[in-house]
Amino acid sequence: MYIPMNEMLKHFKQDVPTMANITHKSEQWSPYHDNSGTVLAVGIPGAVIVAGDTRLSNGYNIMSRDATKLSQLTDKCVLATAGQYADFIALRKFLQQRLQLYEFQNEVQASTETVAHLLSRELYSRRFFPYYTFNLLAGLDENNHGFVYGYDAIGSYDKMTYGVQGSGQELVVAVLDNQLKGYNKINKTIPQTREEILDIILDCFSCAAERDIHTGDNVEILIITSAGTERLIKPLRKD
Amino acid sequence: MFDFDPSTFGLAHTYQKEDKDEINTLKMPSAPQVIYRTLNGPTQTNGGNKLNNFKHGTTTLGFVFKEGILLAVDSRASMGSFLSSEQVRKVIEINEYLLGTMAGGAADCQYWLAYLANHCRTYELKNGSKLSVAAASKFLQGILIGYKNSGLSMGCMIAGSDLSGQHLYYIDNDGMRLKGDIFSVGSGSTYAYGVLDNHYRYEMSLNEAVELGIRAIYHATHRDTASGGVVRVYHIHQNGWTKVHDGIDVVDLHYQFAQQKGLVGDGDEAKQRLF
Repeated sequence: MYIPMNEMLKHFKQDVPTMANITHKSEQWSPYHDNSGTVLAVGIPGAVIVAGDTRLSNGYNIMSRDATKLSQLTDKCVLATAGQYADFIALRKFLQQRLQLYEFQNEVQASTETVAHLLSRELYSRRFFPYYTFNLLAGLDENNHGFVYGYDAIGSYDKMTYGVQGSGQELVVAVLDNQLKGYNKINKTIPQTREEILDIILDCFSCAAERDIHTGDNVEILIITSAGTERLIKPLRKD
Repeated sequence: MFDFDPSTFGLAHTYQKEDKDEINTLKMPSAPQVIYRTLNGPTQTNGGNKLNNFKHGTTTLGFVFKEGILLAVDSRASMGSFLSSEQVRKVIEINEYLLGTMAGGAADCQYWLAYLANHCRTYELKNGSKLSVAAASKFLQGILIGYKNSGLSMGCMIAGSDLSGQHLYYIDNDGMRLKGDIFSVGSGSTYAYGVLDNHYRYEMSLNEAVELGIRAIYHATHRDTASGGVVRVYHIHQNGWTKVHDGIDVVDLHYQFAQQKGLVGDGDEAKQRLF
Protein backbone atom coordinates (compact mmCIF):
# COMPACT_ATOMS: atom_id res chain seq x y z
CA MET A 1 0.00 0.00 0.00
CA TYR A 2 1.48 3.29 -1.04
CA ILE A 3 1.36 6.10 1.52
CA PRO A 4 2.94 9.41 0.63
CA MET A 5 5.95 10.32 2.79
CA ASN A 6 4.49 13.46 4.27
CA GLU A 7 1.35 11.56 5.22
CA MET A 8 3.43 8.94 6.92
CA LEU A 9 5.52 11.47 8.80
CA LYS A 10 2.43 13.00 10.34
CA HIS A 11 1.96 9.83 12.33
CA PHE A 12 5.36 10.05 13.87
CA LYS A 13 5.93 12.31 16.82
CA GLN A 14 8.23 15.20 16.14
CA ASP A 15 10.18 14.67 19.24
CA VAL A 16 11.41 11.16 18.52
CA PRO A 17 15.05 11.21 19.49
CA THR A 18 17.20 10.62 16.45
CA MET A 19 20.96 10.96 16.20
CA ALA A 20 20.44 14.46 14.83
CA ASN A 21 18.63 15.88 17.76
CA ILE A 22 20.14 14.15 20.78
CA THR A 23 22.07 16.74 22.67
CA HIS A 24 24.17 15.10 25.32
CA LYS A 25 24.20 17.32 28.38
CA SER A 26 27.43 16.57 30.18
CA GLU A 27 27.24 16.69 33.95
CA GLN A 28 28.89 19.70 35.41
CA TRP A 29 31.92 18.88 37.52
CA SER A 30 31.10 19.03 41.20
CA PRO A 31 33.60 19.89 43.90
CA TYR A 32 31.67 17.72 46.34
CA HIS A 33 31.97 14.00 46.96
CA ASP A 34 30.21 12.17 49.72
CA ASN A 35 32.64 9.80 51.40
CA SER A 36 29.90 8.87 53.87
CA GLY A 37 30.18 6.71 56.94
CA THR A 38 28.57 7.21 60.31
CA VAL A 39 29.76 8.95 63.44
CA LEU A 40 28.12 9.26 66.79
CA ALA A 41 28.91 10.67 70.20
CA VAL A 42 27.32 10.31 73.62
CA GLY A 43 28.04 12.46 76.67
CA ILE A 44 27.60 11.30 80.25
CA PRO A 45 28.69 12.85 83.53
CA GLY A 46 32.45 12.43 83.64
CA ALA A 47 33.06 11.15 80.13
CA VAL A 48 32.21 11.45 76.49
CA ILE A 49 32.26 8.54 74.06
CA VAL A 50 32.85 9.24 70.37
CA ALA A 51 32.65 6.54 67.73
CA GLY A 52 33.02 6.48 63.98
CA ASP A 53 33.28 3.77 61.42
CA THR A 54 36.47 3.63 59.35
CA ARG A 55 35.14 3.03 55.88
CA LEU A 56 35.84 5.62 53.21
CA SER A 57 33.62 5.19 50.19
CA ASN A 58 33.13 6.97 46.90
CA GLY A 59 29.85 5.96 45.37
CA TYR A 60 29.97 2.18 45.19
CA ASN A 61 33.72 1.95 45.70
CA ILE A 62 35.52 1.51 48.97
CA MET A 63 38.58 3.72 48.96
CA SER A 64 39.84 2.72 52.38
CA ARG A 65 38.94 0.42 55.22
CA ASP A 66 40.82 2.26 57.93
CA ALA A 67 40.32 5.97 57.48
CA THR A 68 39.66 7.70 60.78
CA LYS A 69 36.76 10.10 61.10
CA LEU A 70 37.74 11.25 64.57
CA SER A 71 40.21 13.94 65.45
CA GLN A 72 41.23 14.93 68.95
CA LEU A 73 41.55 18.71 69.02
CA THR A 74 42.30 19.35 72.69
CA ASP A 75 42.68 17.12 75.72
CA LYS A 76 38.98 17.51 76.31
CA CYS A 77 37.32 17.50 72.93
CA VAL A 78 37.12 15.45 69.78
CA LEU A 79 35.81 16.33 66.35
CA ALA A 80 33.89 13.61 64.53
CA THR A 81 32.97 14.29 60.92
CA ALA A 82 30.96 12.55 58.26
CA GLY A 83 30.69 13.79 54.71
CA GLN A 84 33.51 14.73 52.41
CA TYR A 85 36.86 13.49 53.62
CA ALA A 86 38.87 16.25 51.95
CA ASP A 87 36.82 18.91 53.69
CA PHE A 88 37.26 17.05 56.98
CA ILE A 89 41.02 17.17 56.55
CA ALA A 90 40.97 20.88 55.67
CA LEU A 91 38.72 21.70 58.60
CA ARG A 92 40.77 19.61 61.00
CA LYS A 93 43.96 21.33 59.86
CA PHE A 94 42.45 24.76 60.39
CA LEU A 95 41.16 23.89 63.85
CA GLN A 96 44.39 22.27 64.97
CA GLN A 97 46.43 25.27 63.90
CA ARG A 98 44.03 27.83 65.35
CA LEU A 99 43.81 25.98 68.65
CA GLN A 100 47.56 25.70 68.85
CA LEU A 101 47.73 29.47 68.41
CA TYR A 102 45.11 29.86 71.12
CA GLU A 103 47.20 27.73 73.46
CA PHE A 104 50.31 29.78 72.77
CA GLN A 105 48.50 33.05 73.35
CA ASN A 106 46.46 32.08 76.37
CA GLU A 107 48.71 29.45 78.01
CA VAL A 108 45.73 27.18 78.43
CA GLN A 109 43.85 24.94 76.05
CA ALA A 110 40.57 26.18 74.64
CA SER A 111 37.46 24.96 76.42
CA THR A 112 34.99 22.81 74.52
CA GLU A 113 32.51 25.67 74.32
CA THR A 114 35.14 27.89 72.73
CA VAL A 115 36.06 25.22 70.19
CA ALA A 116 32.37 24.74 69.40
CA HIS A 117 31.91 28.42 68.65
CA LEU A 118 35.13 28.52 66.63
CA LEU A 119 33.98 25.60 64.50
CA SER A 120 30.62 27.25 63.91
CA ARG A 121 32.25 30.46 62.72
CA GLU A 122 34.69 28.62 60.49
CA LEU A 123 31.87 26.69 58.87
CA TYR A 124 29.84 29.87 58.37
CA SER A 125 32.79 31.69 56.83
CA ARG A 126 32.23 29.28 53.94
CA ARG A 127 28.52 30.00 53.78
CA PHE A 128 28.54 30.31 49.99
CA PHE A 129 30.83 27.38 49.24
CA PRO A 130 30.27 25.13 52.21
CA TYR A 131 32.45 22.52 53.73
CA TYR A 132 30.62 19.31 52.94
CA THR A 133 31.01 18.11 56.49
CA PHE A 134 28.49 17.04 59.08
CA ASN A 135 30.25 17.48 62.35
CA LEU A 136 29.90 16.46 65.92
CA LEU A 137 32.10 18.12 68.48
CA ALA A 138 32.17 16.00 71.61
CA GLY A 139 33.89 17.06 74.77
CA LEU A 140 33.92 17.67 78.47
CA ASP A 141 32.68 21.01 79.72
CA GLU A 142 34.07 22.93 82.69
CA ASN A 143 32.38 20.54 85.15
CA ASN A 144 33.77 17.45 83.36
CA HIS A 145 30.32 16.58 82.11
CA GLY A 146 30.28 15.18 78.60
CA PHE A 147 28.32 17.03 75.91
CA VAL A 148 28.00 16.87 72.17
CA TYR A 149 27.59 19.79 69.81
CA GLY A 150 25.88 18.86 66.55
CA TYR A 151 26.38 20.96 63.41
CA ASP A 152 24.90 21.26 59.98
CA ALA A 153 27.08 21.99 56.96
CA ILE A 154 27.11 25.76 57.45
CA GLY A 155 27.67 25.94 61.16
CA SER A 156 24.40 26.08 63.04
CA TYR A 157 24.99 24.25 66.30
CA ASP A 158 23.32 23.11 69.47
CA LYS A 159 24.47 21.49 72.65
CA MET A 160 23.06 17.99 73.08
CA THR A 161 23.73 14.90 75.13
CA TYR A 162 24.13 12.65 72.11
CA GLY A 163 24.32 13.05 68.37
CA VAL A 164 24.68 11.05 65.17
CA GLN A 165 25.80 12.19 61.73
CA GLY A 166 26.45 10.52 58.42
CA SER A 167 24.85 8.04 56.09
CA GLY A 168 23.60 5.88 58.93
CA GLN A 169 22.14 8.83 60.84
CA GLU A 170 18.47 8.00 60.31
CA LEU A 171 19.05 4.37 61.23
CA VAL A 172 21.00 5.01 64.40
CA VAL A 173 19.47 8.14 65.91
CA ALA A 174 16.07 6.52 66.35
CA VAL A 175 17.71 3.71 68.32
CA LEU A 176 19.56 6.19 70.51
CA ASP A 177 16.37 8.21 71.10
CA ASN A 178 14.79 5.06 72.40
CA GLN A 179 17.74 3.75 74.41
CA LEU A 180 19.23 6.92 75.82
CA LYS A 181 16.13 9.06 76.27
CA GLY A 182 13.55 6.37 76.83
CA TYR A 183 11.29 7.64 74.01
CA ASN A 184 8.36 5.31 73.49
CA LYS A 185 9.48 3.05 76.26
CA ILE A 186 7.14 2.01 79.02
CA ASN A 187 9.90 1.11 81.48
CA LYS A 188 12.20 4.06 81.03
CA THR A 189 15.39 2.40 82.17
CA ILE A 190 18.11 4.69 80.94
CA PRO A 191 21.67 3.34 80.96
CA GLN A 192 23.95 5.19 83.31
CA THR A 193 27.27 3.39 83.15
CA ARG A 194 29.93 3.66 80.52
CA GLU A 195 29.85 -0.05 79.75
CA GLU A 196 26.12 -0.09 79.07
CA ILE A 197 26.42 2.88 76.75
CA LEU A 198 29.40 1.34 74.98
CA ASP A 199 27.31 -1.77 74.38
CA ILE A 200 24.53 0.28 72.90
CA ILE A 201 26.94 2.14 70.66
CA LEU A 202 28.47 -1.08 69.34
CA ASP A 203 25.01 -2.47 68.70
CA CYS A 204 24.08 0.72 66.83
CA PHE A 205 27.07 0.40 64.57
CA SER A 206 26.45 -3.28 63.91
CA CYS A 207 22.89 -2.43 62.92
CA ALA A 208 23.98 0.47 60.76
CA ALA A 209 26.57 -1.74 59.04
CA GLU A 210 23.83 -4.27 58.24
CA ARG A 211 21.54 -1.79 56.55
CA ASP A 212 23.80 0.93 55.20
CA ILE A 213 26.26 0.13 52.46
CA HIS A 214 28.56 2.98 53.38
CA THR A 215 29.05 1.94 57.00
CA GLY A 216 31.25 -0.96 57.98
CA ASP A 217 34.80 -2.35 58.26
CA ASN A 218 35.74 -1.17 61.77
CA VAL A 219 34.39 1.15 64.41
CA GLU A 220 36.87 3.37 66.17
CA ILE A 221 35.87 4.54 69.64
CA LEU A 222 37.46 7.30 71.68
CA ILE A 223 36.51 7.69 75.33
CA ILE A 224 37.46 11.06 76.76
CA THR A 225 37.63 11.54 80.49
CA SER A 226 39.48 13.99 82.66
CA ALA A 227 42.06 11.25 83.17
CA GLY A 228 42.81 10.98 79.48
CA THR A 229 41.75 9.36 76.25
CA GLU A 230 41.13 5.69 75.63
CA ARG A 231 40.95 4.26 72.12
CA LEU A 232 39.20 1.07 71.04
CA ILE A 233 38.77 -0.52 67.63
CA LYS A 234 36.09 -3.12 67.05
CA PRO A 235 35.48 -4.96 63.79
CA LEU A 236 32.33 -4.55 61.73
CA ARG A 237 31.05 -6.24 58.60
CA LYS A 238 33.48 -5.85 55.75
CA ASP A 239 31.07 -6.48 52.91
CA MET B 1 31.92 42.27 48.87
CA PHE B 2 32.09 41.31 45.21
CA ASP B 3 35.69 42.12 44.34
CA PHE B 4 37.00 39.08 42.49
CA ASP B 5 40.66 38.33 42.87
CA PRO B 6 41.62 35.71 40.32
CA SER B 7 44.52 34.58 42.48
CA THR B 8 42.03 33.23 44.97
CA PHE B 9 40.31 30.91 42.55
CA GLY B 10 42.86 28.20 43.10
CA LEU B 11 42.58 28.35 46.88
CA ALA B 12 40.19 26.04 48.60
CA HIS B 13 39.37 28.65 51.18
CA THR B 14 37.93 32.16 51.27
CA TYR B 15 40.86 34.07 52.66
CA GLN B 16 39.79 36.22 55.60
CA LYS B 17 42.67 38.57 56.16
CA GLU B 18 41.79 39.72 59.67
CA ASP B 19 41.47 36.28 61.12
CA LYS B 20 44.58 34.48 59.97
CA ASP B 21 47.28 37.01 59.21
CA GLU B 22 47.73 38.93 62.44
CA ILE B 23 48.07 37.41 65.84
CA ASN B 24 44.85 38.38 67.53
CA THR B 25 42.19 37.11 69.83
CA LEU B 26 39.15 35.16 68.68
CA LYS B 27 37.51 38.03 66.85
CA MET B 28 34.48 37.78 64.65
CA PRO B 29 35.81 37.22 61.11
CA SER B 30 34.78 39.58 58.39
CA ALA B 31 31.62 38.60 56.68
CA PRO B 32 31.51 35.54 54.43
CA GLN B 33 32.19 36.60 50.86
CA VAL B 34 30.23 35.53 47.86
CA ILE B 35 33.15 34.81 45.52
CA TYR B 36 32.25 31.59 43.77
CA ARG B 37 29.31 32.91 41.78
CA THR B 38 28.52 29.58 40.15
CA LEU B 39 28.03 28.01 43.51
CA ASN B 40 25.85 30.82 44.77
CA GLY B 41 22.85 29.84 46.74
CA PRO B 42 21.72 26.44 47.87
CA THR B 43 19.98 25.52 44.62
CA GLN B 44 23.09 25.52 42.48
CA THR B 45 25.43 23.30 44.43
CA ASN B 46 25.71 19.82 43.12
CA GLY B 47 26.52 18.08 46.36
CA GLY B 48 23.33 16.10 46.48
CA ASN B 49 20.38 16.76 48.67
CA LYS B 50 22.31 16.74 51.92
CA LEU B 51 24.14 19.99 51.32
CA ASN B 52 21.00 21.92 50.43
CA ASN B 53 19.06 20.81 53.42
CA PHE B 54 20.05 23.33 56.01
CA LYS B 55 17.87 23.43 59.08
CA HIS B 56 14.49 25.06 58.27
CA GLY B 57 10.87 24.97 59.22
CA THR B 58 9.54 26.51 62.36
CA THR B 59 6.91 28.57 64.13
CA THR B 60 7.89 31.65 66.05
CA LEU B 61 5.66 34.43 67.24
CA GLY B 62 5.85 37.67 69.15
CA PHE B 63 3.39 40.31 70.18
CA VAL B 64 3.35 43.56 72.09
CA PHE B 65 0.93 44.02 74.96
CA LYS B 66 0.59 46.32 77.90
CA GLU B 67 3.15 44.50 80.04
CA GLY B 68 5.82 44.38 77.34
CA ILE B 69 6.48 41.83 74.62
CA LEU B 70 5.90 38.11 74.59
CA LEU B 71 7.94 35.78 72.38
CA ALA B 72 6.99 32.13 71.95
CA VAL B 73 8.79 29.63 69.75
CA ASP B 74 8.79 25.93 68.96
CA SER B 75 11.98 23.85 68.94
CA ARG B 76 12.00 21.64 65.89
CA ALA B 77 14.75 21.67 63.28
CA SER B 78 14.29 19.66 60.12
CA MET B 79 16.85 18.87 57.43
CA GLY B 80 14.70 17.98 54.49
CA SER B 81 12.37 15.37 55.92
CA PHE B 82 14.71 14.27 58.68
CA LEU B 83 14.31 15.84 62.10
CA SER B 84 17.76 16.85 63.11
CA SER B 85 16.70 18.13 66.50
CA GLU B 86 13.67 18.61 68.71
CA GLN B 87 15.45 20.76 71.27
CA VAL B 88 16.71 23.71 69.28
CA ARG B 89 16.87 27.08 70.99
CA LYS B 90 15.16 29.44 68.58
CA VAL B 91 15.24 32.47 70.80
CA ILE B 92 18.74 33.84 70.72
CA GLU B 93 19.73 35.93 73.71
CA ILE B 94 21.58 38.79 72.09
CA ASN B 95 22.16 40.59 75.36
CA GLU B 96 20.24 41.31 78.58
CA TYR B 97 17.80 43.64 76.87
CA LEU B 98 17.55 42.25 73.33
CA LEU B 99 16.21 38.96 72.04
CA GLY B 100 16.17 37.58 68.52
CA THR B 101 14.10 34.71 67.14
CA MET B 102 15.26 32.24 64.57
CA ALA B 103 13.30 31.18 61.51
CA GLY B 104 14.56 29.98 58.17
CA GLY B 105 18.20 28.97 58.07
CA ALA B 106 19.44 28.17 61.56
CA ALA B 107 23.10 28.87 60.82
CA ASP B 108 22.28 32.22 59.19
CA CYS B 109 20.21 33.34 62.16
CA GLN B 110 22.72 32.08 64.74
CA TYR B 111 25.67 33.70 63.02
CA TRP B 112 24.15 37.09 62.24
CA LEU B 113 22.41 37.48 65.59
CA ALA B 114 25.73 36.70 67.29
CA TYR B 115 27.34 39.28 64.99
CA LEU B 116 24.68 41.75 66.07
CA ALA B 117 25.39 40.92 69.72
CA ASN B 118 29.06 41.64 69.16
CA HIS B 119 28.20 44.94 67.50
CA CYS B 120 25.84 45.97 70.31
CA ARG B 121 28.49 45.26 72.93
CA THR B 122 31.16 47.18 71.01
CA TYR B 123 28.78 50.12 70.64
CA GLU B 124 28.00 50.06 74.35
CA LEU B 125 31.68 50.07 75.26
CA LYS B 126 32.57 52.82 72.80
CA ASN B 127 29.62 55.10 73.45
CA GLY B 128 28.67 54.41 77.04
CA SER B 129 25.04 53.80 76.21
CA LYS B 130 23.06 50.85 74.93
CA LEU B 131 22.05 50.52 71.33
CA SER B 132 18.32 51.07 70.81
CA VAL B 133 16.16 48.29 69.42
CA ALA B 134 15.44 50.36 66.33
CA ALA B 135 19.13 50.88 65.67
CA ALA B 136 20.03 47.26 66.31
CA SER B 137 17.35 46.01 63.95
CA LYS B 138 18.39 48.58 61.34
CA PHE B 139 21.98 47.39 61.59
CA LEU B 140 20.89 43.84 60.91
CA GLN B 141 18.70 44.98 58.03
CA GLY B 142 21.69 46.73 56.49
CA ILE B 143 23.73 43.54 56.58
CA LEU B 144 20.96 41.48 55.02
CA ILE B 145 20.40 43.96 52.20
CA GLY B 146 24.06 43.52 51.36
CA TYR B 147 23.49 39.78 51.00
CA LYS B 148 20.28 40.14 49.08
CA ASN B 149 19.75 37.39 46.47
CA SER B 150 22.73 35.44 47.73
CA GLY B 151 20.61 32.68 49.23
CA LEU B 152 20.51 33.61 52.92
CA SER B 153 17.29 32.57 54.56
CA MET B 154 16.29 34.45 57.69
CA GLY B 155 12.97 35.58 59.08
CA CYS B 156 13.80 36.84 62.49
CA MET B 157 12.18 39.07 65.01
CA ILE B 158 14.23 41.46 67.10
CA ALA B 159 12.50 42.32 70.32
CA GLY B 160 13.93 44.39 73.10
CA SER B 161 13.63 47.01 75.72
CA ASP B 162 15.27 50.40 75.55
CA LEU B 163 14.74 53.89 76.95
CA SER B 164 11.69 54.48 74.79
CA GLY B 165 9.94 51.26 75.75
CA GLN B 166 9.61 47.74 74.37
CA HIS B 167 9.70 47.32 70.60
CA LEU B 168 9.23 44.44 68.20
CA TYR B 169 10.73 44.38 64.71
CA TYR B 170 10.52 41.80 61.96
CA ILE B 171 13.64 41.42 59.80
CA ASP B 172 13.75 39.42 56.61
CA ASN B 173 16.50 38.14 54.31
CA ASP B 174 15.01 40.33 51.53
CA GLY B 175 15.97 43.35 53.58
CA MET B 176 12.51 44.03 54.94
CA ARG B 177 12.26 45.63 58.34
CA LEU B 178 8.85 46.13 59.88
CA LYS B 179 7.86 47.49 63.23
CA GLY B 180 4.70 45.91 64.51
CA ASP B 181 2.54 44.63 67.32
CA ILE B 182 1.95 41.04 66.23
CA PHE B 183 4.25 38.87 64.16
CA SER B 184 4.45 35.18 63.47
CA VAL B 185 7.16 33.71 61.29
CA GLY B 186 7.79 30.30 59.83
CA SER B 187 6.02 27.43 58.15
CA GLY B 188 3.51 27.25 60.99
CA SER B 189 2.90 30.97 61.18
CA THR B 190 -0.48 30.84 59.46
CA TYR B 191 -1.87 28.57 62.17
CA ALA B 192 -0.39 30.73 64.90
CA TYR B 193 -1.87 33.89 63.35
CA GLY B 194 -5.32 32.33 63.43
CA VAL B 195 -5.16 31.77 67.15
CA LEU B 196 -3.36 35.03 67.89
CA ASP B 197 -5.72 37.25 65.94
CA ASN B 198 -8.64 35.59 67.62
CA HIS B 199 -7.67 36.32 71.20
CA TYR B 200 -5.18 39.17 71.09
CA ARG B 201 -5.92 42.30 73.12
CA TYR B 202 -3.39 44.94 74.09
CA GLU B 203 -4.75 45.03 77.66
CA MET B 204 -3.97 41.37 78.38
CA SER B 205 -2.28 40.45 81.62
CA LEU B 206 1.02 38.58 81.59
CA ASN B 207 -0.63 35.25 82.37
CA GLU B 208 -3.16 35.66 79.59
CA ALA B 209 -0.43 36.59 77.16
CA VAL B 210 1.69 33.57 78.10
CA GLU B 211 -1.39 31.35 77.71
CA LEU B 212 -2.09 32.83 74.30
CA GLY B 213 1.48 32.40 73.12
CA ILE B 214 1.60 28.78 74.24
CA ARG B 215 -1.71 28.00 72.67
CA ALA B 216 -0.80 29.59 69.36
CA ILE B 217 2.44 27.63 69.14
CA TYR B 218 0.67 24.44 70.13
CA HIS B 219 -1.87 24.83 67.34
CA ALA B 220 0.87 25.51 64.84
CA THR B 221 2.82 22.44 65.91
CA HIS B 222 -0.35 20.39 65.77
CA ARG B 223 -0.98 21.16 62.11
CA ASP B 224 2.45 21.94 60.70
CA THR B 225 4.78 18.99 60.19
CA ALA B 226 7.86 21.16 60.35
CA SER B 227 7.02 22.55 63.79
CA GLY B 228 7.04 20.67 67.05
CA GLY B 229 9.12 19.75 70.05
CA VAL B 230 8.70 22.06 73.00
CA VAL B 231 7.37 25.58 73.49
CA ARG B 232 9.73 28.20 74.88
CA VAL B 233 8.34 31.50 76.11
CA TYR B 234 10.17 34.74 76.87
CA HIS B 235 8.82 38.00 78.26
CA ILE B 236 10.44 41.36 77.60
CA HIS B 237 9.72 44.13 80.06
CA GLN B 238 11.32 47.41 80.97
CA ASN B 239 14.10 45.70 82.94
CA GLY B 240 15.16 43.38 80.17
CA TRP B 241 13.86 39.89 79.48
CA THR B 242 12.79 36.86 81.50
CA LYS B 243 12.51 33.27 80.36
CA VAL B 244 8.98 32.32 81.35
CA HIS B 245 9.01 28.73 80.10
CA ASP B 246 12.08 26.80 79.04
CA GLY B 247 10.36 23.89 77.35
CA ILE B 248 6.78 22.64 77.56
CA ASP B 249 6.32 19.52 75.49
CA VAL B 250 3.59 20.07 72.89
CA VAL B 251 2.43 16.48 73.27
CA ASP B 252 1.61 17.19 76.92
CA LEU B 253 -0.16 20.37 75.85
CA HIS B 254 -2.24 18.39 73.39
CA TYR B 255 -3.65 16.16 76.10
CA GLN B 256 -4.08 19.11 78.44
CA PHE B 257 -6.15 21.05 75.89
CA ALA B 258 -8.13 17.95 74.98
CA GLN B 259 -9.01 17.49 78.61
CA GLN B 260 -10.13 21.11 78.81
CA LYS B 261 -12.45 20.40 75.93
CA GLY B 262 -13.90 17.51 77.85
CA LEU B 263 -12.43 14.81 75.60
CA VAL B 264 -11.40 11.65 77.36
CA GLY B 265 -9.62 10.12 74.43
CA ASP B 266 -11.33 6.76 74.41
CA GLY B 267 -12.77 7.17 70.92
CA ASP B 268 -16.36 7.40 72.15
CA GLU B 269 -16.70 11.00 70.98
CA ALA B 270 -16.55 9.91 67.36
CA LYS B 271 -18.79 6.93 67.89
CA GLN B 272 -21.58 9.06 69.28
CA ARG B 273 -21.59 11.20 66.17
CA LEU B 274 -21.63 8.28 63.75
CA PHE B 275 -24.52 6.42 65.21
